[in-house]
Amino acid sequence: MIEKIQDLLPQDLPRRPRRFGGIALQIALILVIAGLAYGAIVNVAQNLARAHIASGFGFWNNTAGFDISQTLISYSASTSSFGRAFWVGLLNTLLVAAIAIVLATVLGFVVGIARLSRNWLVARLAGGYVELIRNVPLLLQLFFWYNAVLKSLPQLHGSVTLPGGGILNNRGLFLPRAEFAPHFSAVLIALFVAIAAAIVLRDWSRRRRERTGRLIRIFWPVLGLLCGLPLAALALAGFPLSFSVPHMGRFNVSGGVEILPEFAALVLVLTIYTAAFIAEVVRAGVLAVHAGQTEAAQALGLRSAATLRLVVVPQAMRVIIPPLTSQYLNLIKNSSLAVAIGYPDLVQVFAGSVLNITGQAVEVIAITMAVYLSISLFMSLLMNLYARTTAIVER
Amino acid sequence: MKRLATTAMALATVAIFGPQAAWSQTLGSIKDRGELICGANGTLAGFGLPDPQGNWTGFDVDFCRAIAAAIFNDPTKVKFVPLTSKDRFTALQSGEVDVLSRNTSWTLSRDTSLGLDFTAVNFYDGQGFMVHKSLKVSSALELNDAAVCVQQGTTSELNLTDYFRTNHMGLKTVTFATADEALKAYESGRCDAYTTDSSGLYGERQQLAEPSQHIVLPEIISKEPLSPAVRHGDNQWSDIVRWTHFAMIDAEELGVTKTNVDEKLKSSDPETRRLLGSEGQYGEALGLTNDWAYRIIKHVGNYGESFERNVGQGSPLKIVRGLNALWTKGGLQYGPPIR
Repeated sequence: MIEKIQDLLPQDLPRRPRRFGGIALQIALILVIAGLAYGAIVNVAQNLARAHIASGFGFWNNTAGFDISQTLISYSASTSSFGRAFWVGLLNTLLVAAIAIVLATVLGFVVGIARLSRNWLVARLAGGYVELIRNVPLLLQLFFWYNAVLKSLPQLHGSVTLPGGGILNNRGLFLPRAEFAPHFSAVLIALFVAIAAAIVLRDWSRRRRERTGRLIRIFWPVLGLLCGLPLAALALAGFPLSFSVPHMGRFNVSGGVEILPEFAALVLVLTIYTAAFIAEVVRAGVLAVHAGQTEAAQALGLRSAATLRLVVVPQAMRVIIPPLTSQYLNLIKNSSLAVAIGYPDLVQVFAGSVLNITGQAVEVIAITMAVYLSISLFMSLLMNLYARTTAIVER
Repeated sequence: MKRLATTAMALATVAIFGPQAAWSQTLGSIKDRGELICGANGTLAGFGLPDPQGNWTGFDVDFCRAIAAAIFNDPTKVKFVPLTSKDRFTALQSGEVDVLSRNTSWTLSRDTSLGLDFTAVNFYDGQGFMVHKSLKVSSALELNDAAVCVQQGTTSELNLTDYFRTNHMGLKTVTFATADEALKAYESGRCDAYTTDSSGLYGERQQLAEPSQHIVLPEIISKEPLSPAVRHGDNQWSDIVRWTHFAMIDAEELGVTKTNVDEKLKSSDPETRRLLGSEGQYGEALGLTNDWAYRIIKHVGNYGESFERNVGQGSPLKIVRGLNALWTKGGLQYGPPIR
């Protein structure tokens, strides 16, 4: 029996020297690249010194001195450093990217599947959406939505008060902020217990179904468990929860959670734009599943929703994930267009304000590029791990 | 992202292959090229703005024309490169422009860590605020908790934070990459106030749909000495740029104007004679010709003429001379003697 391809080759072929030569060539290549990189770095440092331009990373701990409109971590212009401003910008980038990725995925799947619908109108609408959105430059769409959002919102003095105490105007959406008293942990524990119980219940019902063939509907008991238990705990602990309601000042709204119009516009445009591409990816993935699979599923008596959920989508995912990953990477990189509308993302804060105040373009741009590279590589890693779980398992 | 990549590429190219020439022989390379490359604003009425025909006008633009007149005896031999406040220093550092004449404040950190030299203050400015009339605000101190639109990478961004902090007022800053975007956001009501150098406020107010509906508040919250800048290390070139400004100041002081400069050539006043090159070898000492200052005044005019034409009473901006009057008239503009 032939074990390896080598067994087919004549045994006296001088393989070893050739392999050694290959390795030596690769080492030499790495050395040349490393040498060039080192030379470039030394040259940059020398040229900067000759031009009397400051270099190095000493600026990192200096006081920033500028204000940022949205900060997820505590930040003050008077005491925080440039390094802190970097983290503020990075977190703002990650926030906008994370929310847009989730929304774009949901919208993209809906549109992608709608485009394959047998309903003529639904399919045409989905097709029109894809063609319109993906053929207009992203930056233009961003300006359009930012101005559309800003112009359509009421001015400050005409603010709309929403039910529940929220306020909406062209400065943003201000929502009541929940403030938790110490006893609130009891509610969290109750929620945790309810989730655990729901999982046990689901497993029990599934086992029972496999054993007896009888299907027990557990939706209502699970819903009751998930809502009832935390609510009961909330009542028992004496409602350890209050809301800080936003109120109107002379110029601005204070208190509550603030959602900036810049943030809303950026999430909106990244979602809408990327969803158009994801829709095409999904459509391609679904079409890649052989029609025989659907026919077989229907022959077994599955309804069309179940066919889609249990047969088509799991197989389509293998095709969908690699291009979906590139769409996620595009979205993360596109979030840097925030700079055009004043959303304080990494590029706006760090490669904008920090770069200008310190003047250390080489360092700041190098860090910014390294960060985008790291985020993208990490995203690819996650998606590859997920792809492995959807791969066909040979039995 | 694209702009990021362009900046990075430009910097990498310069940093790795650093053109030595750009650092030491600016005058020579301008003469070889046949034109001066001037970094200007591009969007600020009165200071630097191309008209619909593409002709650049403005106070900062005139300054570059004066340099070109001194070198080539032709004020049109300038190529203007519009720069945002974000790109301006990189453009100068990398050698993309020979001189930066774009309402730029002289500060210590810019002077020391950017590899630049500021030549001489040609406009004493200060930061102010513009608000909509309907707000019924008469002082910047009433702006507690206001949202303020500001341009990124400017001293305005930093002064704004300082001013509100010093006066214990709440502030919401909304920062934009360009003045246009910041102004547009202010006009759409995103911010209560717009802040920049007060000269800029007057210029930008003209670009709003209803200029009369907006007022500039009286407070000046900072010192903004606006100065042209050149790369550090080429002293001959920084001398030429510095003395171009002084020649325009001295001409105003001596009463030499665009219209009477030819008559003044026959003047017996020794100071006027030295300025216009009828006496001495001062121009050659700068690496130019001895009639260098005559050329500047002939083509561009003296400091006062350029001021009034672009930003003063002869312009829609109507900025008063104030600190920018000659020292003999209570201002700060003072030209060292040419001798």
